[in-house]
Amino acid sequence: MRKSRIVGHIAAVFYPFCLVFGLYVVLHGHLTPGGGFQGGAVMATGAALMMVAGMFDEGEREIKYHHYKAIEAFGLLLFIGLAFAGILSGHGAFFRNIWANAGGWFGAPGESGSFNSGGLLPLMNLAVGVEVFGGISVILVTMIRAMKAAERGEDREDGDDEAEGAE
Amino acid sequence: MKHLFKFLVLAVLAAALWRCALAIPFGNPLAGTPLPPAMDEHYIAAARAETGASNVVTSIVFDYRGFDTLGEASVLFTAVLGVGLVLRKLNAKEKREARDAEE
Repeated sequence: MRKSRIVGHIAAVFYPFCLVFGLYVVLHGHLTPGGGFQGGAVMATGAALMMVAGMFDEGEREIKYHHYKAIEAFGLLLFIGLAFAGILSGHGAFFRNIWANAGGWFGAPGESGSFNSGGLLPLMNLAVGVEVFGGISVILVTMIRAMKAAERGEDREDGDDEAEGAE
Repeated sequence: MKHLFKFLVLAVLAAALWRCALAIPFGNPLAGTPLPPAMDEHYIAAARAETGASNVVTSIVFDYRGFDTLGEASVLFTAVLGVGLVLRKLNAKEKREARDAEE
């Protein structure tokens, strides 16, 4: 893949902004339109931008493939764990919002417009956002790698895995 | 002939299933389950007070219908799994070549 220096560097400048804006959308999911899925997709756009601009190796230096995999698994497990919080705390229901209007973190009663509201919803948004970010990034990295391998295979015109191993 | 028989059996089973599904009352008020319009109105009126979130969509997606969201997250996870599975050979090749290039 041919690489433009200008496009690459502009993408590197915009990469952190994409992540920050995605995180903003995720964190305000319980107040404004948006939420885990949308914000996670915006964050993954940052990773996609680096790859499209040909900065795949530079992006890979920051967040590696196995980090994305760990992020995705962590997000899904956190989401399921928060869902089980309703059962484990003795309220007896899956996906029970145990912190809603309970005081403390995210539980301020009667303050539905403030950031400190919504009970478990902001945390669930965060879990889903992290999961979507990791998942879409894993898909992108996998596809880019496969594309690169296929391109190289065409260049050499052997393309056979077993024959390479024997060499 | 065999196909016709199969089709007949399928049609009878489908009709039976349809009949049974219609026989079960939907949203029975006696069982304490509100009828669908009442449920909608409850969500719209009480979502803000019950969950504390001012975005009603989020309170439905993550609270009242959290199980649905769990399914959606699992769909994404399965998609990632599928992509990794289909492209694993090319990925392993790319990884090996990158390692060889480093050495």
